[in-house]
Formats: sequence, C-alpha cells, structure tokens
Amino acid sequence: MAYQNTTLEPVYVYEVPVRLWHWINAFSILVLCITGYLIGSPPPSIGGEATYAFLMGYIRFFHFAAGYIFAVGMIFRVYWGLVGNHHAREIFLPPFWSFTWWKGMIYHVGWYFFMVKESKKYLGHNPLALFAMFIFVLLSFFMLFTGFALYAEGMGMDSWQYALFGWVIPYLGQSQDVHTWHHLGMWAIIVFVMIHVYIAIREDIMSRQTLISTMINGHRTFKDTREN
Amino acid sequence: MSNKDTFFNAMQSRGVSRRDFLKFCTVTAATMGLSASAVAQVVEAMETKTRIPVLWIHGLECTCCSESFIRSGHPLATDVVLSMISLDYDDTLMAAAGHQAEACLDEIIEKYKGNYIVAVEGNPPLNEDGMYCIIGGKPFTHQLHKAAEHAKAVIAWGSCASSGCVQAAKPNPTQATPVHKVILDKPVIRVPGCPPIADVMTGVLTYMLTFDRLPELDSQRRPKMFYSQRIHDKCYRRPHFDAGQFVESWDDEGARKGYCLYKMGCKGPTTYNACSTVGWNDGVSFPIQSGHGCIGCSEDDFWDKQPFYERLSNVEIPQFGVEANADKIGMAAAGVVGVGIAAHAVASAVKHSSAKSTTKEDKGE
Repeated sequence: MAYQNTTLEPVYVYEVPVRLWHWINAFSILVLCITGYLIGSPPPSIGGEATYAFLMGYIRFFHFAAGYIFAVGMIFRVYWGLVGNHHAREIFLPPFWSFTWWKGMIYHVGWYFFMVKESKKYLGHNPLALFAMFIFVLLSFFMLFTGFALYAEGMGMDSWQYALFGWVIPYLGQSQDVHTWHHLGMWAIIVFVMIHVYIAIREDIMSRQTLISTMINGHRTFKDTREN
Repeated sequence: MSNKDTFFNAMQSRGVSRRDFLKFCTVTAATMGLSASAVAQVVEAMETKTRIPVLWIHGLECTCCSESFIRSGHPLATDVVLSMISLDYDDTLMAAAGHQAEACLDEIIEKYKGNYIVAVEGNPPLNEDGMYCIIGGKPFTHQLHKAAEHAKAVIAWGSCASSGCVQAAKPNPTQATPVHKVILDKPVIRVPGCPPIADVMTGVLTYMLTFDRLPELDSQRRPKMFYSQRIHDKCYRRPHFDAGQFVESWDDEGARKGYCLYKMGCKGPTTYNACSTVGWNDGVSFPIQSGHGCIGCSEDDFWDKQPFYERLSNVEIPQFGVEANADKIGMAAAGVVGVGIAAHAVASAVKHSSAKSTTKEDKGE
C-alpha cells in the first residue's frame, strides 16, 4: 500500500538474504541466458581432434551449474519469504483481493504513460512492479520445471530429477516441445530483465524514492515528505 | 496352424537342431538385454510354452511396420512368425482373403478368448464414423474394438498406432487417433517409430512369450528396454557434439569427417529410440551413421515439429498465420521492447528536464 513518510530518514526494507539472492540470481540468469542460447545455437564448429576439445561440454556444464544455483536460490528465496520480513513475502502473493492495490496499479500504468504528474510512494514494490515480480516468479518456476525435465532426460529414468520433473515432458507434448517452451521462456526472461533494468534506473531518477541503492544497502530513502 | 505346439516343437519340425535352437535362445536373450543366466529361462519358455496367438490388424497405415518386421535379424522374422507366435490373422501376410480371412478372425477370438494378443498397425480414423478406413466392408474401428475386447494385451506397432503419425498431423482431417486413446480397458504397449526397428518389434514379442508378461514400460507405455534413452545419449557422434564439432552444411569438411548433425536439425537429442544401439538391417547402419540427422520418427506428433533440418522447431502463432522459431519470436519481442524502452526513455528525459525547469521557474531562478 502507498506509504506516507514523515521524515527523510532511510527505512530498512530489503534484508541481507534478499539482496544477496537478488544479485546471485541476476548473475545466474546472465550465465543461463548466454549458455542457454549457445546450446540452442552453438558457436561455429571447431576443428582438431574431438579428444582434445570439450566446448559444448563446458557450455552445458556452466548452464547446468548456473541452473542449480538458480534452483537453490529460488528454494531459499521461498523459505525466506516465509521467515523474512513482510517485504520478502509480497512477490509470492500479491494482494489480488485488494481494490486499492488494483487502483494503485492503474495509477502506475498512468504514470508510465505520462498521464499523471507524480508517482506514489511505496515502501516495498508499487502494485505494478509487484505484479511484474509475481510474473517473474511464475516464469522462474516454469523455467525450473522445464529445465530440470530436460536435464532429467540426460540423467536417465532412474534419477531423482526424472522422478520429480519427468512428467513435464509428456504433459507439454514431447521433448522437442519442452525445448521450444524453455527457449520461449528464456526470451520472456530477457524481456523482463530489459524492462526491469530500465524501470529501475528510471524510477531511481524520476520517482520519489530510491531503488538501485535500496537493492544494494537495503534502505529505502524518500526524496520528499509531501503527501501521496 | 496348430496352436498347441511349443516353439521348440515348431522349430524341430522345420529341421532345426537342438544346438541351433540353443544358439537362437542365447542371441534372443542378448537382444533383450538379459544376462547370460537368463538364457535358461528363454530356453524353458520356448520349450514348454504354447505359442501365443496373435491377430495383426491394419488400420490407416503404410505397411512400413510389416516391411520392417519381416527384416528382423535377431530373431529372424521367419522364426517369429512361423514358430514363436501363431500369427493367425494378418491381412497382408495371410493366404486367405475376403470372407475366409474375416471368418478366421472371428474363430480365433472365440477360441482363445482372453489369451491372444492384438497387434495393431495403423490407427482408426474416427471422423465420419470411421468411414476413412474400411476393412471387410466395415469401419476399421469396429474390427479394432472387436479384436481388442477379448485380448490379453494390445501392441500398438509404429507411430501410426502409438501417436497418430502423418495422418494425424495437423489438421488431421480424418481424426486419426492413436490406439491407446481408443482402447481404454486393455493394456496397450506402444512401440513407436516410423517404422519401429525390426529387432525391437521381435524383441517385444519374444519378451512376452518368454516371461508371459508385458515388458517393463515407461510412463508413456513404451518398453523401457528399447525406449529409455535418447538417440543422442548413445550416438557414436556424441563426442563431436561435446567437442563442439558440427556439420554446418551438407557438403562441408565436417560432414566428410562425420561431425555431429545437431545444427542440421538432427532430432537425436529429443528422440527416444534404440537406433544408435540396435541399428537397422541387422545392425548395418542407422540414419545418423549414413550422414542424415534423425527426424524423430518415434516421437509424438513429429510431423508437426518442422522443419526437419533446423535445430529449433517452428512455433505456430494461431490467428496470425505466421510460423517462426522461438529465437525469431524472442528476438522480435526483445527488439520491440527495446525500441519501446528507448522511446520511453527519451520521452521521460524530456519530461524530467521540463519538470526541473518548471520547478526552477517556480522558485524564481
């Protein structure tokens, strides 16, 4: 909900685990996107004896390693959503039942279309941002499920990965369909990251509160004490 | 054909020595991936068990499964057809035709209720009450239901029977439907492939005769012994994939050196089959070995995963009539969003600077 500050004193919003997760996640997504794209469209063929080269092997290794980091990070983040402060919880369950939340979202859409003069102040995410984060969480789980299903194919039908995620493949059709979906998911995440980075910079400059430094030091600082 | 005969009796009557019979059992056990200790079990089964009555029926199909089957090397198809099973009805192989053939079908169903196996090649088209495939003057669906009703198990031979294949490709005008979606009350084994490998087909039958039960199936009802791994997992070109050595065009140096066909659209990484281990035509070769990528013929709806010669499948955008692969769609989306961001950034900068100057004016600076 919109927040009315009385002072310009910084407020502690994002705890250490949340910030750490954010940056580890950002890094793993970067590695996953680059290696993932290269798995779909490998670099030009190299010469020499196959014995002495392991290029695709390394690309796939880094993809799987980053995938595991992403997965462990996601599990940890869900856990922190349960035990952390209430700002850590909101991205998993936006208040869809709240009328003021929807109103706030419409207000912020207006803000991005230059229809309102000022953004509103929020301690956590504004409703539109929260909605975007929720989509990102869903997208992350989609990538985890499809990714581990594809990984399980290599691990074999006796692996725990297959036991947990093997069902995804017939559910979405066949292996090639899961590849296609996983690929489309990557592009959806890339689009999310583009918008996310742009908005973060823009809000940091144009809104009434800090954003980038908040994800670094955890403190939200407001630029004015005027009413929302 | 007498059905009380055991496999060994049938072989002996054809002049096969016991020594050759034992050799045959050993090879058969090896084909099924069994250990040496299991050979005795195979021998015992072949000596004591009655041959299984099999009804082989044909729906919408091209008969490539039969063509493949008769080329089985281990065990020889002749051994299977003439000795191991009792192939009592197969309209393409049997001597009888017309009413005689159909009478034979009824007779077997009556005589061996609950003990025979139905092998289905092809699938039933359900549209227009099944009028797209007529057998003996009646829709094939009737024959399928009649045969399956008292069967012990149903084998869905090939991609037609197990996933629909080309006649079920979009838009599937005849509504060709795989067997397991029509026969719901019997165990259905899917043996996909267009056609399935001959030795896989005979291997499945041999297993059922030897152990008197269905082979272990995966979650999609395919026999695990032949379909638990992808072509890519056991491909002899796999080291070139891991090294990053690819064929870039059909006539390049990489193609001559036998590099990985991944970039040429090989579907080996997404296809569950035994081609790269069992091989075709008595193990002589398989598509990748002869320089052509796998087209994924044993996977569901493989005709709709075009193109065959590109790594990424096309994604159809309905209502829009455009087909593009995931990368093209993704890059287009990212491009549009990128342009949008740039435009928005410019507009924001203008607004921001004008807002600043207004504040300055307000303050009288």
